[in-house]
Amino acid sequence: MTDITAQEPRQYTPGEHPDLPPPSTAIGVIAWMREHLFSSWFNTILTVLILYFVYDVVSGVFQWAVLDATFTGSSAKDCTGGGACWPFVTNRFGQFMYGFYPEELRWRVNLGYAIAVIAMIPLFIERVRRKGWILAFLLVVYPFIAFYLFYGGSFFGLLPKGSGLEIVETARWGGLMVTLVIAVTGIVASFPLGILLALGRRSKLPAIKTFCIVFIELWRGVPLISVLFMASVMLPLFLPPGITFDKLLRALIGVSLFSSAYMAEVVRGGLQAIPKGQTEAAQALGLSYWKTMRLVILPQALKLVIPGIVSTFIGLFKDTTLVLIIGLFDLLGIVQVGLTDANWLGESVPVTGYVFAAFSFWIFCFSMSRYSMHLERKLHTGHKR
Amino acid sequence: MNEDLSDRKIDRSKMKISDEVAIQIEHMHKWYGEFHVLKDINLTVHKGERIVVCGPSGSGKSTMIRCINRLEEHQQGRIIVNGIELTDDIKKIDEIRREVGMCFQHFNLFPHLTVLENCTLAPIWVRKMPKKDAEEIAMKYLERVKIPEQADKYPGQLSGGQQQRVAIARSLCMNPKIMLFDEPTSALDPEMIKEVLDVMITLAEEGMTMICVTHEMGFARKVANRVIFMDGGEIIEENDPENFFTNPQSDRTKLFLSQILDH
Ligand SMILES: Nc1ncnc2c1ncn2[C@@H]1O[C@H](COP(=O)(O)OP(=O)(O)OP(=O)(O)O)[C@@H](O)[C@H]1O
Ligand SMILES: [Mg+2]
Repeated sequence: MTDITAQEPRQYTPGEHPDLPPPSTAIGVIAWMREHLFSSWFNTILTVLILYFVYDVVSGVFQWAVLDATFTGSSAKDCTGGGACWPFVTNRFGQFMYGFYPEELRWRVNLGYAIAVIAMIPLFIERVRRKGWILAFLLVVYPFIAFYLFYGGSFFGLLPKGSGLEIVETARWGGLMVTLVIAVTGIVASFPLGILLALGRRSKLPAIKTFCIVFIELWRGVPLISVLFMASVMLPLFLPPGITFDKLLRALIGVSLFSSAYMAEVVRGGLQAIPKGQTEAAQALGLSYWKTMRLVILPQALKLVIPGIVSTFIGLFKDTTLVLIIGLFDLLGIVQVGLTDANWLGESVPVTGYVFAAFSFWIFCFSMSRYSMHLERKLHTGHKR
Repeated sequence: MNEDLSDRKIDRSKMKISDEVAIQIEHMHKWYGEFHVLKDINLTVHKGERIVVCGPSGSGKSTMIRCINRLEEHQQGRIIVNGIELTDDIKKIDEIRREVGMCFQHFNLFPHLTVLENCTLAPIWVRKMPKKDAEEIAMKYLERVKIPEQADKYPGQLSGGQQQRVAIARSLCMNPKIMLFDEPTSALDPEMIKEVLDVMITLAEEGMTMICVTHEMGFARKVANRVIFMDGGEIIEENDPENFFTNPQSDRTKLFLSQILDH
């Protein structure tokens, strides 16, 4: 120490020697741990306790899912290890994914997925231009393609009878397929509807404003379960006899309207946060109401409420499980159907099934959450004044 | 007061006031609910005039100039801009807004767009100009306000003075015939005020018709051809700058002038 202080402080000219990596004890992992995990005896105890807890959970899960688990077999009797009974999932995987969709026609569903995924890839690539067209394809053209692939038939009577794909009634759809169909339709429909409702609720025209308020408050005031019940039990009572309404379609409409009410309130929160000066500046430049909204207000408002929007989407995705009560089998529903199979009556089977369902839901919801964080970072344009 | 301005020679060669009327306000009244904000406003602005509006806070200055491009609605009387009368007709309102530019106290730039995009937005979407032409014009005006190098930045990355100059450029890109300024410098630090006023002076030298609500009396003295004093929603006094400052008629004007010239 002494000879350092004794020395004359040397002048440092920039660029004199190359940047060296920082000393590991000052900035590296060890220093980080010392500063954040072991800075006091209290922190040290907490760190140790939490490490023990994490170890306990992880090792328990590992024991259950891998060490004690059964991987091959054809019925619950083969699952004797006391851990997970994976054959339940592998044997019924097809059903979990497609429900009772005929096995030889499942390629149609896969093709539908593939088209969507391939069309979506360029959206995530920074350099690609004209993303609007891809988006338009996905939102306008794709639903018809998907409908035709999934359902088949004469494509709204456009194709000559008997020439189209074989019809697969929606009653035979199930599993992840139904979950995705409901969730994606709900998301795609509720987003624009919610925006329109939010704008309408702030409208100066009393008729539009009242309609939007009544609509939003009505749908927000009832639980989704009762909406679905109404759609499946009550609606047919009001329709003239003989007219049937596809059950899945009713669920789709119910879910879409329901979540558009929530979406509207989230978007309205964003609209309210935009200063009035923004609208005034846009109007002073001669932009019309719709252009002001589309080009100036909504881009800012929606960016602000990305977390809220994604929360609504995630909620909607999970709420699709409720369609079970009107006799549609989503992913969770189809797993539960599997549990009633006499072949698969065993202690470890339900846990395995539910874990599988939970994990599948988690993958989708977590991806949405990550994507929203990515979007927020990407759209950040410097601090506000 | 802004003394820095005194070193600038004003070129008056193009500052010609024509006989053509740009804005005509006749017996205009406005209420906010029960509150009578504007009382019997009469004002005729000719092409090429530079009018400074001043008056105490809450006197209705902002409200008056915001009526000219229909950011506020008047309830009585007539406002005629460039020969078009302001009514509920949206087409006419849009037509007027295309010809009248406005700058605000708090700039109101669009924070999600770059400086260049801020400037090209209205030309592209309102004037239906091809993007390339709009960008060319935007760069021309950004050069005029001396910040072409900031074109790709976002408003949040600029200083207040730079933001206000961008706001002026954004209005100019629509090629307006009339410019309205609502206290464009009052949210700025003193050292930035000059750069904004400089731009405004240049604009005046080019013959732009301007109405400025401002308390920059140095600017009023040098650039304005008329100063209007408002109080309590009325136009109290109207005079050329020389007489307005040296020989105010009403007591309220005298009081106001003594207040702002003293500190
Ligand atoms: N939206 C509104 N609703 C009700 N009253 C308003 C509204 N906007 C302004 N006022 C009132 O109208 C009066 C005039 O306001 P205005 O903004 O025109 O004043 P100003 O002369 O521009 O004042 P300042 O110098 O502070 O900007 C004020 O008394 C204000 O309280
Ligand atoms: Mg004001």
